[in-house]
Amino acid sequence: MDWSPIILTFKLATITTIILLVLSIPLSFWLASTKSRWKPVIETLVSMPLVLPPTVIGFYLLVAFSPSYAFGSFLEKILGFRLVFSFEGIVLGSIIYSMPFMIHPIQSGIRNLPQSLSEASFVLGKSRWTTLFRVLLPNIKPSLVTGIVLAFAHTIGEFGVILMIGGNIPHETRVASIAIYDQVEALNYANANKYSLFLFVVSFLILLAVFLVNGGYLRKWK
Amino acid sequence: MEVINFSLEKKLSAPGGVMPLEVECTLKAGELITLYGESGAGKTSILRMLAGLMKPDTGRIEVSGEVWYDREKNIFFRPQDRGIGYVFQDYALFPNMTVRKNLEYALVRGQNKSIVEELIEISALGDLQHRKPETLSGGQKQRVALTRALVRKPKLLLLDEPLSAIDHQMRLRLQDYILKVHEQYHLTTILVSHDVSEIFKMSDEILFIKNGKIFQRGTPLELFSKKHLRGKFQFIGEVIEISKEDVVYLISILVGNQLIKVVVDKEIAKDLRPYDKVLVASKAFNPMIQKIG
Repeated sequence: MDWSPIILTFKLATITTIILLVLSIPLSFWLASTKSRWKPVIETLVSMPLVLPPTVIGFYLLVAFSPSYAFGSFLEKILGFRLVFSFEGIVLGSIIYSMPFMIHPIQSGIRNLPQSLSEASFVLGKSRWTTLFRVLLPNIKPSLVTGIVLAFAHTIGEFGVILMIGGNIPHETRVASIAIYDQVEALNYANANKYSLFLFVVSFLILLAVFLVNGGYLRKWK
Repeated sequence: MEVINFSLEKKLSAPGGVMPLEVECTLKAGELITLYGESGAGKTSILRMLAGLMKPDTGRIEVSGEVWYDREKNIFFRPQDRGIGYVFQDYALFPNMTVRKNLEYALVRGQNKSIVEELIEISALGDLQHRKPETLSGGQKQRVALTRALVRKPKLLLLDEPLSAIDHQMRLRLQDYILKVHEQYHLTTILVSHDVSEIFKMSDEILFIKNGKIFQRGTPLELFSKKHLRGKFQFIGEVIEISKEDVVYLISILVGNQLIKVVVDKEIAKDLRPYDKVLVASKAFNPMIQKIG
């Protein structure tokens, strides 16, 4: 069996999750505390991947990044960056596609903390950043774990966006879900089954771990 | 003399629509002032505006010559820059830190840590210092919260009903603790409280807030016993129950932690409701005093 789709899948999910975590912490904090009138618009945009068919996101990214159009050719000529049919492209697609799975748990975690915690920190002279990193985040660890795991698992399960902007290039964009489709098309059911079973087991274990950790079951054995 | 001077206006949304809050006041530094009034009268909002946690629509705040807020000149100090201590009703201790870490978190960068040792000593938190807030009782948590508010050596200490959720015995001890640090650190303290006996014990002055305005202002005695029954015998209590017995009414009143029953006629009873604050005074009898301990 060719292991490269599996390895590529985990590489994609890991990179996507790390970038998403860095982006989502400040964005979730902003969403949880702002009174700006732009908030509903931003919240809607973040949540769109939950309801849109992945092919729609994939299609617009494909158009946007295609070198035949202005933005894509700008990226390619100025930055030497091609986002269609490349690994960088599917990372970007995955970030957009998995964003709600990271943002929502963190945002609701912060929102569920009593407001007096941040206010107490402000009154004690601490900046918003200090408050975020020393008071808020340490108190929402379960939400952070949930966000990280869901974003990771969701990226593993991605198919439509990747197929649209990444295609099916070995070692570059052929992740496990694409490889399964590819094997089925070639009537290679045994291989498709191996990839599928692998994804099934991994996803099951990841989600099980979340429920065990957040449900407090592990504490019993400590 | 140092004073605190503020005028604040803000439209507050209340259950019955918008309530305009308009207060203007000059307070002497070093006093302990109580904001008293029904819930929803605007007491907490005044405290939050003084702290910078809520922005007034217009007005001005000046503390010991320093302007913290001036709408016209567009000055607004953030809570971080006001150098105040604030104690929340729900304690607001950081659950991820031990008692000691909660206090140390409050240190200003470069501030000498000895203040933390000193405060742990004064507040008798030594035995609790390595425990997490979730393992403490309500009274202990509030003691930590009060202590944490003092680490930055504030000039102005704002207390938002700090003792309302704490049982009677512990409450008396925390009242003593607040009075002690108020004296020792030369604080100006503004306390929000509902409890008349607490107010009597602690306040130099009371601002009686009603519907967003300062309705009355004065010492506890001036405010709660307007008739000045000097030399007589009087208590402040709270009506618990009103029951009709033949032609008279029997009023149960809680004074301190004692329940007393008083017979009154219909005229007086008709104005009373449970939870009303009342002055119980006796003119006809000489009180008898008996030593009990």
